[in-house]
Amino acid sequence: MTTLLEVNEIQTYIGQYHILQGVSFQVRKGEVTVLLGRNGAGKTTSLRSIMGLNPISDGQITYNGKDISKLATYHIANRGIGFVPEDQGIFGELTVEENMKIAMQKQDEETLARMDKILTLFPDLKTYWKKQGGYLSGGQKQMLSIARAYLNKNELLLIDEPSKGLAPIVVEKVMESIMEMKDETTIVLVEQNFRMALGVGDTYYIIDDGRSVGTGNMKELAENEELKRKYLGIA
Amino acid sequence: MDLLLNLMVNGLATGMLIFLLAAGLTLIFGLMDVLNFAHGGLFAWGAYCGVWVYGMTGSFMTAIVGAVLTGVILGYVTERFIIQPVYGNHVQQILITLGLMLVLSEMLKVVFGPNQIVAAPPDYLAGSWQLGDVVIIKYRAFIILVGVIVFALVHYVLKNTKIGLTVRAGVMNKEMVQALGINIKKVFMLVFMIGSAMAALGGVLLAPYSGVIYAEMGMDFAILAFIVVVIGGMGNFVGSLFAAMLIGLSGAFMTYFVPDLSLAVNMLLMAVVLVVRPQGLFGAKG
Repeated sequence: MTTLLEVNEIQTYIGQYHILQGVSFQVRKGEVTVLLGRNGAGKTTSLRSIMGLNPISDGQITYNGKDISKLATYHIANRGIGFVPEDQGIFGELTVEENMKIAMQKQDEETLARMDKILTLFPDLKTYWKKQGGYLSGGQKQMLSIARAYLNKNELLLIDEPSKGLAPIVVEKVMESIMEMKDETTIVLVEQNFRMALGVGDTYYIIDDGRSVGTGNMKELAENEELKRKYLGIA
Repeated sequence: MDLLLNLMVNGLATGMLIFLLAAGLTLIFGLMDVLNFAHGGLFAWGAYCGVWVYGMTGSFMTAIVGAVLTGVILGYVTERFIIQPVYGNHVQQILITLGLMLVLSEMLKVVFGPNQIVAAPPDYLAGSWQLGDVVIIKYRAFIILVGVIVFALVHYVLKNTKIGLTVRAGVMNKEMVQALGINIKKVFMLVFMIGSAMAALGGVLLAPYSGVIYAEMGMDFAILAFIVVVIGGMGNFVGSLFAAMLIGLSGAFMTYFVPDLSLAVNMLLMAVVLVVRPQGLFGAKG
């Protein structure tokens, strides 16, 4: 399988803090790659660094064989990388419709077909189409955030903790949507909910103290109690 | 009753002028988080260039176009060379834009001379209409009309176009706008140019209204514009219209009924709003 994204020994500072001190991982086309690790390990910063929101100071990020390390965020997005941030990034004073409209890069048949598919997957968005994003529930905001990233034909989606703070029934729905998207899009997923990560993930990378410390197949990790206890705090 | 109507027309006309200055400022402030104290300088340049073009061509409409173009060009130069290097640093923004304000004022004296310049409305906008006992000065009605048209136009763009959506979204979350593939710097530049053009339009409209223009007029009106932004709510376009009308009307009525308080009324209004609703009358909480 070809490599779509390669993150190589990246270093990132946020202010004076040296958050990423050598994170490396590869994302293969068509897979769901899960970044695991404890709180504050550097998973979110890794995604933000790929998007150029926290620019790297050293290392390299290549996407489809091209160096994107120094590109502006909008250039990275326009190359086909969608981003679902940890805080969902909903524009609270815009309606659901407007949130979708602003994300729409093209208004061609394919995009409109994707819009139909999204609204079938997340019927709540259709119900609250004219409602301001700020008034949606946590689960609906997450659905909107995922829908927005999926709307364009992105080859890669970076999804940060989609299950965070959601009720179990909503987590199931989000999982289902990721499984649907998996057929068409490569995904990098940051997820604390191990059950969900196991349910959708193919390959894992463990990040600890700003460094990559382990990788392998998700199914193998499920059986490796020591690794889970040491880096993920799962007994 | 006639007196009240006259005061109301005066207040609305002044409010519209303040709105034109403040609306651009609130977009720049709200979207770009830039404290632009030079905004008043663009207002003054609009007034001077407009009056100059009017003198050269004899056409007031050409003067308006000239003033707006001045605002667009100065807005571009200011954003590109003065503001861009100080994004995210309020202290530097205050210092550099205050400095620019002084430079713009002094440059007016260099280019147009140090004395005040007299300005009058064109013949077709001079004089007044008599409606019963109510006298409506044509030029004031014209200012109100222009203000309403500008408000409707910008409001439509903000509400119904993708660029408008981007501006509104950018006020809320700049990072996410970029992550959706939109070049926020271009949007910043555009908003800055539109804001500057609106300020310059306000300037050229003020000239015949006040009768004279002077180099420091920008600073006087900029303070009013900042008060409007605070009262209306940062980044809120409708809020800035409402607040500008409030300031214009309260100024007109207080000047007539309680002249001693007329200078303090704006500050009082701002203080009350800050105590009761710190985010401004139309601003979002948090």
